[in-house]
Amino acid sequence: MHTLSVLVDNHPGVLTRVSGLFARRGYNIESLTVCETENPDISRMTIVVDGDDWVIEQVTKQLHKLVAVHKINDISEESAVERELALIKVRVKAENRVEILQTTDIFRARVVDMGRSSLTIEATGDKVKVDALVKTLRPYGIVELARTGIVAIVRAEAN
Amino acid sequence: MKITGADVLLKSLELEGVDVVFGYPGATVISIYDALLNSKIKHYMVRHEQGAAHAADGYARSTGKVGVCLSTSGPGATNLVTGIATSYMDSTPLVAITGQVGTTALGLDSFQEADITGITLPVTKHSYLVKKVEDVARVVREAFYLARSGRPGPVLIDITKDALDAMTEFNPPEKVQLRSYKVFSKGNGGKIAEATAALSKAKKPLICVGGGVITAGASPELLDLLQKTDIPVVSTLMGLGSVSAKEKAWLGMLGMHGTPTANYAVNDCDVLLAVGVRFSDRVAGQGKKFAPNATVIHVDIDPAEIGKVIRVAIPIVGDAKSVLGELVQRVTPPEIDEWLEKISLWRKEYPLRYEKNGQLKPQYVIQQLCEVLGDRGIVTTEVGQNQMWTAQHFAVKKPRTLITSGGLGTMGFGLPAAVGVQIGNPDKVVVDIAGDGSIQMNIQELSTVKQYQLPVKVVILNNSSLGLVKQWQALFFEERYSGVHLEASPDFVKLAEAYGIKGYRITDSSQVRATLEEAIAYPGPVIMDFVIPPDEKVLPMVPPGKGLTEMLGR
Repeated sequence: MHTLSVLVDNHPGVLTRVSGLFARRGYNIESLTVCETENPDISRMTIVVDGDDWVIEQVTKQLHKLVAVHKINDISEESAVERELALIKVRVKAENRVEILQTTDIFRARVVDMGRSSLTIEATGDKVKVDALVKTLRPYGIVELARTGIVAIVRAEAN
Repeated sequence: MKITGADVLLKSLELEGVDVVFGYPGATVISIYDALLNSKIKHYMVRHEQGAAHAADGYARSTGKVGVCLSTSGPGATNLVTGIATSYMDSTPLVAITGQVGTTALGLDSFQEADITGITLPVTKHSYLVKKVEDVARVVREAFYLARSGRPGPVLIDITKDALDAMTEFNPPEKVQLRSYKVFSKGNGGKIAEATAALSKAKKPLICVGGGVITAGASPELLDLLQKTDIPVVSTLMGLGSVSAKEKAWLGMLGMHGTPTANYAVNDCDVLLAVGVRFSDRVAGQGKKFAPNATVIHVDIDPAEIGKVIRVAIPIVGDAKSVLGELVQRVTPPEIDEWLEKISLWRKEYPLRYEKNGQLKPQYVIQQLCEVLGDRGIVTTEVGQNQMWTAQHFAVKKPRTLITSGGLGTMGFGLPAAVGVQIGNPDKVVVDIAGDGSIQMNIQELSTVKQYQLPVKVVILNNSSLGLVKQWQALFFEERYSGVHLEASPDFVKLAEAYGIKGYRITDSSQVRATLEEAIAYPGPVIMDFVIPPDEKVLPMVPPGKGLTEMLGR
C-alpha cells in the first residue's frame, strides 16, 4: 500500500481527471481524499493505492502528465503523520453499553450521538487504529460506518 | 476597444500562426462563423465533423504545425471524438474547438448539449471548458503551447455561447504560465554516456525508431548516426520516413507485419537503441518475448513511456533530436562486420515477397505508385490491409510523407487526412491508399475535395471485403467468415462521377502503370478502383501473442 500526496489545481473537473486516469489504466484506489491547502488555488489529494513498485511508478508518471497535477510525494516511505476519521454507529443493549463505552475510551474515541438502540462513535487515528476499533466493535453489530480515508502530511524535520 | 469572444478567439488563433481551420457550423458557433468573415483565417467546410478532425490532423502531421478543427456543441462535438482519439494515440498537435450551450443552459440537458470535456477526458492531452470571455485569449495560448510542446497531443477548447457573444478587451498574455507543466528536452548526460558506452562496445546493435523521431525533426541526426556507425535500423509504422527506405542500414518495419529481417534482428540484437517509440502491442506483443537478448536504451520525451511495456536498462528522457545529436558526437563506431553479414543473409533469404501469378496484386499497385510518385508525393492510408501493404511495399523516403493512423487504427482516416495534407502542401501529389471498406467510412469528404478543387488521388484496393478481418478469420477462425463481405458497395467510378470527380476502374496489371501516370498528371481529383483478388493476405504476420520470430508466411 502506498500513500501518495498529490498537489493539484483547485479547479472543477480535476478530481475526474485523476480518478478517470486510475480507472482507465486499471489502478486500484484504496482511498482518496481531497481538501484545500494553505494555498486556495491548490488542493491536496491523498491517494492510497495498492500495487507493486512498477504500478506505483506508472501511477506516478501518468499522474505527472496531467496538466492539473503540480507535485506528487510518495509518503509511504517517509516519516509522515497519517490520520483518518471514522463515524461508527454501533448497536447497543443495556447489558453491553458499559463495555462499549469503555472500548471507546481505550481507543481515545468519543461518543457523539446516542439513540435508543445505538451509539455513534467518532474515532480519529491512523488506519491501523481505526481498523482495530472497527474490528473490536463489529461483534456488537455495526449499523453504519463512514470513514474519511487518509489525510497525511510529511513530518517536520526535528530541530 | 471591446470585441466579442468569437473575435478574440480568431485573433488569438491568428497570433498562434493559424491560417486554416477545418470545421462545420452549428447553432452555438454561429458567432465564430460570423467572425470568420472578417478574419484572415481560411475555413474549410467538411461534410462531417470527423472529417474536420482528421483533416486538421493530416494537416498537422504533414506540416508539423498545429491543426485546428471547429464544430458546434452536442453532436458536432461528439463527431470529433474519433478524430481527437486518433490524434491522441499518435501524439499529433491538434486543437479542437467546440461551441457549448450557454452557461445558464449548462447541465440542464439543453438542446445540443453534450459534456464534451468529460467525453474526451481520456483522449486529450488537456481540455478546457471556457465560460468567461476574459479567459478565451489565455486558454487559446495555453492550448497551442500544450498541443505542440513536449509530447504533442490534442487539446480541446469548449466555449459556451455566451462567452463567444460577450464583449471584452483583447489582451492576449505575453507568456504561457503553466507551473505544473514541464518539458524534458535535454537528456541526462550520465545516461547518454552509459548509452554511448553500450553502443560502442556492442557486437549486434540495432536502432529502432518511431514517430517521436519525426515529431522531433531528428532525421538528420539519425542519418548522421547511421552513417557514422553503420548500425542497422528498423522502424515502427509511425516512424516510417524518419529514415529513407533506400538507406543501406534500413531493414524495414518491425512487428506484426514487419519484415523478417527486421524481426530477426530485434530478436537477436545485443543492444537496442529505441528512439521515440512506445512499444505498442503490434510492435512488441506483450513485451516479454521482445528483444530478449538486448540491453535496451530507450529515448523518449515522455517519462511515462519508459518502462511501461518492456524493461529498460538505460532510460533517457529527452527530445530525440537533442539526444541523438549527443550520441552521434560521442559514440565510437562498434565492430559489427559479423552482425552485418548475418543480417545480409536474412535479407537474401527472407525478402518481402508476394505471389506473382498474373493477377492484379495490391503490392504491385503500391510499388508502382511509389515509383510513379517519386519525391513528389505524400501518401495517406486508411486502415487494414491497404495500410499494411503500404507500410511494407511503399518505400517511404522522407519524414511526414506517410500519414497514417497507427495507434487508434481509424478506418476512414485517409480521405479526410488527405484533404488536410493537400491544403497544407499544395505543391505535393497527395494520394490516399484505401480499401473498399475504409473509403466508405468518410466518403462524404469527396464533396469537400470537389468543393475546394483539391487534386487528391484515391487508390482503392478493392477486394469486396474487410480484408484484414477476413485474413484473421482465415488464419485463426477456420475460415468462418463473419461480417466481412462488402457485397453492396457502390460502383466507385460512377460514384466519383456523381461527385464530379474523375474515376477509373483497373482490373488488369498491365493497366496499372499507365493509369497511375495519367491520374497523377491530371490536375484534379481522381478515384482509381483497383479490383484485386479477394483472398490476398498481408504477410508475413506474427500471430497475436507470439514472439517476433514466429512469423507466418515469411
